Amino acid sequence: MEGLIVSLTIFVLAIFVGFEVITKVPPTLHTPLMSGSNAISGITLVGALFSAGHQHTQLTTILGFVAVVFATINVVGGFLVTHRILGMFRKKEDR
Amino acid sequence: MSAALINLSYLMASALFIFGLKGLSHPRTAVRGNLLGALGMLLAVAVTLLNRRIVSFEVILAGILCGSAVGAVFAVKVPMTAMPQMVALFNGFGGGASVLVAGASLLETISVGTPPSPRFLVAVAATGIVGAVTFWGSLVAFGKLQGLVTENAVVFRGQQAVNAVIGLACVVLGGWLVAVPDDPVRYLALAGVASVLGVLLVIPIGGADMPVVIALLNSYSGLAGAATGFVLDNNVLIIAGSLVGASGIILTKIMCKAMNRSLGNVLFGIGGTVGTAPAASGADIYEGKVKSASPEEVAMVFDAARRAVIVPGYGLAVSQAQHAVRDLSNLLESRGCEVEFAIHPVAGRMPGHMNVLLAEANIPYDKLKEMDEANSGFPQTDVALVIGANDVVNPLARTDPDSPIAGMPILDVDKARTVVVIKRSLSPGFAGIPNPLFAADNTLMLFGDGKKAILELIAALKEF
Repeated sequence: MEGLIVSLTIFVLAIFVGFEVITKVPPTLHTPLMSGSNAISGITLVGALFSAGHQHTQLTTILGFVAVVFATINVVGGFLVTHRILGMFRKKEDR
Repeated sequence: MSAALINLSYLMASALFIFGLKGLSHPRTAVRGNLLGALGMLLAVAVTLLNRRIVSFEVILAGILCGSAVGAVFAVKVPMTAMPQMVALFNGFGGGASVLVAGASLLETISVGTPPSPRFLVAVAATGIVGAVTFWGSLVAFGKLQGLVTENAVVFRGQQAVNAVIGLACVVLGGWLVAVPDDPVRYLALAGVASVLGVLLVIPIGGADMPVVIALLNSYSGLAGAATGFVLDNNVLIIAGSLVGASGIILTKIMCKAMNRSLGNVLFGIGGTVGTAPAASGADIYEGKVKSASPEEVAMVFDAARRAVIVPGYGLAVSQAQHAVRDLSNLLESRGCEVEFAIHPVAGRMPGHMNVLLAEANIPYDKLKEMDEANSGFPQTDVALVIGANDVVNPLARTDPDSPIAGMPILDVDKARTVVVIKRSLSPGFAGIPNPLFAADNTLMLFGDGKKAILELIAALKEF
């Protein structure tokens, strides 16, 4: 029970931090913010690594493998595409 | 590596995510922010691989290679106009991964023989529901934006009742899983029913409401990650997931506010207004009042203009006209005309969609004005050029309290001296209502495909 309370505390506080950090983001950056935060939500990859690497049964390994693929697409694709979008914004500043 | 060190590294990764998101909310720091986020992810993944629970690396390596290749190809190849569906698809993969991880954890725990704790099971059930809704909802959103399925709202009688029943079924199945956890088939059933719910929740949302649903699915994908954190008792998942959940909710709220509608109205209420909007009333508003102009006539208007404001809409993305618009803007400036762009918050199919397209065409972002600033400039504007936008410039939002878009903040292009609207036809926008702007005394309609019309306008303007 104690562990649950600790986890819940972290969860709620992190949501508050999220609200504080992201309020007043300019509309220009809505798309990169979305794709960038999207990449961060690929953190499930950490969980997928456990499932794929623990080699418990064949089924859990297969589930883990697919999860690793999905989450890596999310992470790699998300960060790369955000970088690409932001690169287009930056060009103008350098000019 | 000891558990304490691993957890400290996770804490560092969480801090990097927070710095990263903070950076992403300012243009100057955005690139660094994104890199910090990526660094945090790299750190989290690297220390996870040092955990003693992980005994085999072949499967992991294969999975990471496959995923990286697919993700990189998508990220590099996708055209900027297709960014909304790309983000939707990535969202979905994140949600799908969460469902699979929770399922694998449940299987492991059951087969070990120790009775799983209720808290673990509640987290598994929650991950299954949120993750499956995210996965299938995102796939439907992707299909709609990519044009694989109809982009219109798909509504049927009793839809909300059906959704409520299926939602309830998810909760009941979840409760059953928690009460009698020995059979993993229940998790499969739960994920299956939640998948149906994900599809049903997104099909009634169409067209101009897509930015809201994309932002909401973004939030869900974060929450699915946080729920997975509860399953695995892993703080970095909880923190990163809830940060993204909060960010998605903020964007959702901004989008709803820009349409003057509540989230509930966007998700469930639109069904009533779309089909019933009186299509016939368009005829008497437009009859004999719409002035169709040739590119030459429009060029004449621009020839005399000293200040022009361009208002892009989804039509700009559809006809890939961003580079032609850039050329027009440069030509006008070289002739001594001041050019600005007025961006409505929900123009396009995802938050910030227009900004990205115009940035791709090398239009400096200080020329892109937000709604309030743009509106104060329209009375001093010689020409407002509307490209493929409709509802966001419909003056009925200000004047007709019974209109479905009543009270929605709009761009007041009608206050400019002359309005030029580039549009294929007089067909209504997503709200399904006629637009009196098209029949206004100071409006010229330039009918045609956005890109083609602008190229013709440029050619005509060069003749002067």
